[in-house]
Amino acid sequence: MSHFEKKHLVTASGYYQEKELLRFSTIGSVDDGKSTLIGRLLYETNSIADDQMLALEKASINSGSDYLNLALLTDGLTAEREQGITIDVAYRYFETKKRKFIIADCPGHVQYTRNMITGTSGVNTAVILVDARKGLQEQTLRHAFLSSLVQIKHLVLCVNKMDLVDFREDLFDNIKNEFYKYLSRLDIADVQCIPISALNGDNVISRSNNMSWYQGVTLLYALENINLFSDPNLVDCRFPIQKVVRPLSEDYYDYRGYSGRVESGVLRVGDEVVVLPSGFSSKIKSIDSFDGQLEEAFYPMCVNVSIEDALDISRGDMLVKPNNRATVSQDVDLMICWLHKEPFDPKRKYLIKHTTREVQCLVKEAGYKINVNTLHREQISDQNPIKMNDIGRVQIRTNTPLLHDSYKKNKNTGCLIMIDEFTHETIGAGLIL
Amino acid sequence: MAVNYQIDYLKQLEYESIYIIREALSQFTKTALLFSGGKDSITVLHLLRKAFWPAKVNIPLLHIDTGHNFPETIEFRDRIVEKLGLTLIVKKVQDTINAGKAREEKGLNPSRNAIQSITLLDAIQELDLDACFGGARRDEEKSRAKERFFSHRDEFGQWDPKNQRPELWNLLNGRKNKGENFRIFPLSNWTELDVWNYIKSENIEVPSLYYAHERNVFNMNGVLYAVGEFMQPTANCLVENKKVRFRTIGDMSCTGAVLSEADNNDRVIEEIASSTITERGTRVDDQKSDASMEERKKQGYF
Repeated sequence: MSHFEKKHLVTASGYYQEKELLRFSTIGSVDDGKSTLIGRLLYETNSIADDQMLALEKASINSGSDYLNLALLTDGLTAEREQGITIDVAYRYFETKKRKFIIADCPGHVQYTRNMITGTSGVNTAVILVDARKGLQEQTLRHAFLSSLVQIKHLVLCVNKMDLVDFREDLFDNIKNEFYKYLSRLDIADVQCIPISALNGDNVISRSNNMSWYQGVTLLYALENINLFSDPNLVDCRFPIQKVVRPLSEDYYDYRGYSGRVESGVLRVGDEVVVLPSGFSSKIKSIDSFDGQLEEAFYPMCVNVSIEDALDISRGDMLVKPNNRATVSQDVDLMICWLHKEPFDPKRKYLIKHTTREVQCLVKEAGYKINVNTLHREQISDQNPIKMNDIGRVQIRTNTPLLHDSYKKNKNTGCLIMIDEFTHETIGAGLIL
Repeated sequence: MAVNYQIDYLKQLEYESIYIIREALSQFTKTALLFSGGKDSITVLHLLRKAFWPAKVNIPLLHIDTGHNFPETIEFRDRIVEKLGLTLIVKKVQDTINAGKAREEKGLNPSRNAIQSITLLDAIQELDLDACFGGARRDEEKSRAKERFFSHRDEFGQWDPKNQRPELWNLLNGRKNKGENFRIFPLSNWTELDVWNYIKSENIEVPSLYYAHERNVFNMNGVLYAVGEFMQPTANCLVENKKVRFRTIGDMSCTGAVLSEADNNDRVIEEIASSTITERGTRVDDQKSDASMEERKKQGYF
């Protein structure tokens, strides 16, 4: 019943070795073969165990499918299996000798924008699938637009099902050229296009013998070699305070430290720092952790920082450098992606979570909606509100200042979520302009 | 000083977990660690120590005691609590049964795996906990693949998998209404192999059951059970002395052993890397039906 045989085992040695971590999203419409592609990546990297395979075969037969339905690997919930749809972003893990991978698999149909924004918010690489027979679809362009919106740094377009179009070079070239043309309107620097057949494995793990005209790399090679060095922001030092630490124990009686994660930039002992929003300045006395003292810290390190002066600092404040400060402001321009079935209501108050800060906001101006298919702007009105899966531009005013950067400059200090003050559900995602 | 600014993946996972733990400690007022004495909750405990440092871990460990434990697990639990000066709260499933709130399964070697959720939910209410840390991982089981770091439970302690809050970037929303609570899963993105590599690199002590040892076992329905007070072979089962280890540690009545020669961390890691079955493959409680984990989780299971 299985279409697969393990042709090229790239299993990890098991012995621990230092590796880079790549988090990526897989994006595609229902029949683009996304599950088959993930299944193949997992299977050929030895990440599907025999008992999982057996359970999968059993479940495939139960669901009336006459082939191995790899979607059932990720569709773990009963409701998903019954309805044959994927409800939620699923996470999958595999590794090769070179890298460790976390896949955020974004489902193809319902609530697409919501799931895609959620699944891509934590990654820097996206793999978009298209069906070679159908070429670029409206939704492919939507996927590319959303990838650009959340600042995906590396994009791989997989033109799948090449086996069904006789591996034709001209078809692939057309799709590729059309895609590049569309991308010129967007903001993604690193793009690769790969012709594949997920079902037969062409150009997924190993090079295809059927497309000698293709001189590029395989998908796995691309994922293993995407250059991650330039991804983190090492310029703008931002250290939001997560917790104030005062152990008051015998060993650390006078210790007063600030726990947090360096969200960007580099923090070094001896650095001059400014505390936001108060504006007081001091110097970094030490950077400590359970594992000992450090000379410097950078993203995504979680450390304790202590400073020379006794200042009033609490959760939600931020350490920055004197000549490179985050914006301190109560008026913030945002692109929002609405995640809830109840539409965005400009007359309501919302809660906002931004870095380690929680504030309230009013809507000052509801600007426009973006039609994600045409990229045209639409006026927001009572009849045409920002609904679930819509992207809109709004201006908010917060009750206390946000310490922020633009999302484009600094993802970690430019993102926020909106929370319903009564149900406490997460209902919106915001990207600061 | 770092030569470049890339961090190894295991360290990245560690930082992610510490960040999640510190967010939970900041957002919730009364928390506890659900501690089973298994490797995952031991790893969370280690990460809690890092998150609290230089302060001591000041939240209690909560053990839901089915009474069907391996003696080695209890011995380990008590020793680590003593060594680190922690507070341990034990809630017994037997007390829940005695109070008439749960009924023992019928038949030989009854499992208390499902009814322990009742004891757990009672404990959460009684101790007024608004969040519990747990060691569940997304790679363990398919219904866990969609778990959140901050997993919301309604006032009945139930999980609604179809209605979970989206988690974007690293912004964790722990807001809730009265009576609701959260489970916090800092190891969500870790795999079994990651946990073992971490145990090795951090030199974390785990119960001896995880390493190959000789023990009396019997084969029933394809599962290799250890002979013990709560697990007796039926008349036609042959008891044999074999070299085994346990990949997961649950109750004696639902945890199977694997034949193994892996008596140290390196060999365990090697064994897992080349294993062709998942760790939950040794758990009888997961194999009752295709959705048994999801069903139990909805009822408030770990």
